[in-house]
Amino acid sequence: MSLAADSAAHRASDRSQGEGRSLRLTALTKEFATFTAVRSLDLEVPAGTFFALLGPSGCGKTTTLRMVAGLDTPTSGTIHLGDDEITYEKPYRRPVNTVFQNYALFPHLDIHENVAFGLRRRKVKDVDQQVQEMLSLVELEAQARKKPPQMSGGQQQRVALARALINRPEVLLLDEPLGALDLKLRRGMQIELKRIQTEVGLTFVHVTHDQEEAMTMADTIAVMNSGVIEQMGSPAELYENPRTTFVANFLGQSNLIAGAVSSTVSSTDGDVVRVDMHGTQVSIPADRAHVRAGDGWVGIRPEKVLIEPLGEPLDAPGNHLTGGVITDVSFVGVSTQYLVMMPWGQELMSFEQNTGRRPVLATGTKVDVSWRPEFAFLLPASQDVNAGVVEES
Amino acid sequence: MSGLQRAGRWIGEHLVLAAGLLVLVYMFVPIAVVMLMSFNDNSESRNVYAFRDFTWSNWANPCRPDGMCEAVVRSIEIGLLATLVATLLGSLAAFALVRHDFIGRSVANTVIFLPMASPEIVMGSSLLALFVAGGFGGRLGFVTIFIAHVMFCLSFVIVTVKARLSGLDQNLEQAAMDLYASEWTTFWRVTFPLVFPGVAAAALLSFSLSFDDFIITNLNAGQSVTFPMFVWGVAQRGIPMQVNVVGTVMFLISLFLVVGNMLVTRKKVAA
Repeated sequence: MSLAADSAAHRASDRSQGEGRSLRLTALTKEFATFTAVRSLDLEVPAGTFFALLGPSGCGKTTTLRMVAGLDTPTSGTIHLGDDEITYEKPYRRPVNTVFQNYALFPHLDIHENVAFGLRRRKVKDVDQQVQEMLSLVELEAQARKKPPQMSGGQQQRVALARALINRPEVLLLDEPLGALDLKLRRGMQIELKRIQTEVGLTFVHVTHDQEEAMTMADTIAVMNSGVIEQMGSPAELYENPRTTFVANFLGQSNLIAGAVSSTVSSTDGDVVRVDMHGTQVSIPADRAHVRAGDGWVGIRPEKVLIEPLGEPLDAPGNHLTGGVITDVSFVGVSTQYLVMMPWGQELMSFEQNTGRRPVLATGTKVDVSWRPEFAFLLPASQDVNAGVVEES
Repeated sequence: MSGLQRAGRWIGEHLVLAAGLLVLVYMFVPIAVVMLMSFNDNSESRNVYAFRDFTWSNWANPCRPDGMCEAVVRSIEIGLLATLVATLLGSLAAFALVRHDFIGRSVANTVIFLPMASPEIVMGSSLLALFVAGGFGGRLGFVTIFIAHVMFCLSFVIVTVKARLSGLDQNLEQAAMDLYASEWTTFWRVTFPLVFPGVAAAALLSFSLSFDDFIITNLNAGQSVTFPMFVWGVAQRGIPMQVNVVGTVMFLISLFLVVGNMLVTRKKVAA
């Protein structure tokens, strides 16, 4: 990266460290004529973090973003930046900038003027110098005099980012900015975005429906569904210990097996909940059991499910199931994905790395199934087992 | 054999070109005749449609026929005024129809097309009835022509500006507001420059519609004479060659505007 770009990045980070303020949404609600897009949302985004709002389309994540930008007016609730309330502030009076989903570059202005737009409105001095620095940060300094329609999707995306970033907003809002790019470009831009965020140190709020994208980039993810936040935490926290079936299914994939809590056992390693699962007793650490009595869903991630042909030794200190039959095998290169029909008529997913330890098992093979208890989680039976299931396309 | 095939292919390749050229010739022959006739010296002849001698005198004395230049000036005045008012009102109406949801919007969108769809003779006579009923019967003239022209230009302006406006991504305006532009600045920096081609097209269309109109104008003109009415009037006695001068000038102005627009657009794309 060039020197000029370095100094642009530094200036931005100096500022944000000096006066970084957190973004706080309190009981934020948005009702439209026929439905409620956002229901009493409470959220705090600490200064300088990369925050992702993740959810399927129509979950209210874009509406939330637009309320923060000032493009939609909340029905009730408040938005604060530090101690200042900005709930009803005009969009052009907020230290917040947006990268729009379709980029929304001004087609009648060239790239240089697009990026300069915000600075010119605020009557900032040495605009040209700053624009050049910003364009070199996104590696587009040679394209400054082109018009947006002459550029590729990836280039337009970077112009949109530069146009927002140059204003050094306290919060940068990204509305599915990578949605229109093809897979390869998207991966590249994800890394690029994360790098820029680390360099400039601003607060990024990123809206996306792509769970992989959210996990790759964000420090904290809030999973949204029908206008409410289902769960919030670091990517690893959400993935390893989901609190609802929606999160379990939407963020990665999960096996959810019906069971009933039989007892809670105290041990030196902490409390363990014992669950009767179709006649087999399995144990789940108490801090991963989100229901303590009655029925529940035992959850286990497919890559944590181990299978071995009948009689072979299995790594299973506790949870061991027998009587499975392989019904489907998909070889995907780095791993093999098995479907195993269990005696109670449910197919479990098991993903196995192709380490070459043993050959790929054939369909029809009788197998034993196991997993380590510390990887399992328990969810309330009242939740829909299919909530958040992502259809493979 | 191969020679025949080659000939066949040559014909195939050039047939489209030939047809295109023929269409162009068909379109431009009348204009060429008008241009040619503007240099015709027919002062000796009664037959206006025969080219006798070349002369500059029609161009040197364009206002020689009685009342012609007054009619041209009147047409231009009415055209400019009607264009200004129709473009202004029509653009505002287009914004309202595209940007605001109000009761009766879809009805309004349909009704807009009525003046374009109904026969001019009907519009003209009903306007006349309206003016007479309103007590303007004895005062038909410049003002009534102007009002009539604004009326029929409005539909065209609204439709043209609406088309441009509905193609405009509203995210652009939101992006401008997000980038510290107030509503006023957003309009002048983003909305207006992007809608302007539509407004300009609407204005040009309005002017030529107004300048050209005969039927509605004739019914509502009273004693005033516009250029089309003048031509109609003198046509029965023999059209003076100066009419061709006016025609040629109008054609050259349109040509200039079209080519200029093309050059500006191309420069913008290349830049």
